[in-house]
Amino acid sequence: MTFLKSISDVHLDILKEVGNIGAGHAATALSTLLNTKIDMRVPRVRVVSFDEVMELAGGADNVVASVFLRIEGDAPGSMFFILPLPQAEKYIGQLIKKQSFTFAEEQENELALSALQELGNILSGSYLSSLSDFTQLSLYPSVPALSIDMVGAVISFGLLELSQVSDYAIVIDTALDEEDTQMPDSVNGHFFLLPDPDSFHTIFSALGVKVDA
Amino acid sequence: MHKTAEIIKVGIADMNIVKVPDLIRTTGLGSCVGVVLYDQTREIAGMAHIMLPDSSLSRTEPLNKAKFANTAIKELLEALIRAGARPSGIKAKLAGGAQMFQFSGSSDMMRIGPRNVEAVLQELRELRIPVISSDVGGNSGRTIEFDPKTGLMQIRTVNKGNSEI
Repeated sequence: MTFLKSISDVHLDILKEVGNIGAGHAATALSTLLNTKIDMRVPRVRVVSFDEVMELAGGADNVVASVFLRIEGDAPGSMFFILPLPQAEKYIGQLIKKQSFTFAEEQENELALSALQELGNILSGSYLSSLSDFTQLSLYPSVPALSIDMVGAVISFGLLELSQVSDYAIVIDTALDEEDTQMPDSVNGHFFLLPDPDSFHTIFSALGVKVDA
Repeated sequence: MHKTAEIIKVGIADMNIVKVPDLIRTTGLGSCVGVVLYDQTREIAGMAHIMLPDSSLSRTEPLNKAKFANTAIKELLEALIRAGARPSGIKAKLAGGAQMFQFSGSSDMMRIGPRNVEAVLQELRELRIPVISSDVGGNSGRTIEFDPKTGLMQIRTVNKGNSEI
């Protein structure tokens, strides 16, 4: 884990701020789209083992709806927007104006799936563009891919680049909370930002922070 | 005294060994491949959760041998033999290697599932370990559990339910 040795608490705080800014924009976008109040929680930035990454998203076996995209440009990486199935069903229902949408009954509903994909697209796009403004780096999202499957199967794909240099990942984890009186403790969306190993350097130097190599 | 059966878990880029009556399991295999080597007469099995095809992809020291097909299987084989398996009785079963996402104009990494499967099969061929059965490819995640007593691998996928190989 050599690349992690040069990363200090100060660096993690900076990544946290980066996540904060991205999440703020994404929360606004989601609020506008769904016409509800969305809160964002201060993101967690942690250095964790691959297994712990899975735990952050509810465990490797947990089935979730996830939108995955590659970040291309100056600081490549992977980004996931992960929703528990009930939350995804609810958002889809609101977007396609169908109150009782469930994956169990309508697995093949293309409109529903593309609505979810578009939701992920808008959120990650707004997250990414605020990141790009903040760091003055060119960051382009790939076309997002949607998957409804086990956390482990989905996220391990985003860990492949990192796995070549480390057994640990720096996860910028952001939780989006919806103010909902009926489901007050409802679990909510997570953004995972997983920069490729070489991108940390680029991000820090773009923000004028030194990293001792 | 009877020992209660436990389920030994194998994490990502990890490996472990199990003896009857315990079971061994790994969860959420996507492009990764879960390989089981087992000697049924000695009622012992080992499982590796392999992420990448070849250790030459590694840019780090020390090497996590469980992460790569070309190092994990040798390591697992040696550990099994140390634990009492007979080299001539060892067989293999495998699952995983899915393509979870479809991207256009993609890099080599996008094909990692099939590449992992090829690398695992090649390694097993070189070590002369017969592959009894496999469930690879597709685009669904898998959770697998192996019982060294029966030599059977249970596979759970999200939309297709359970199967056994």
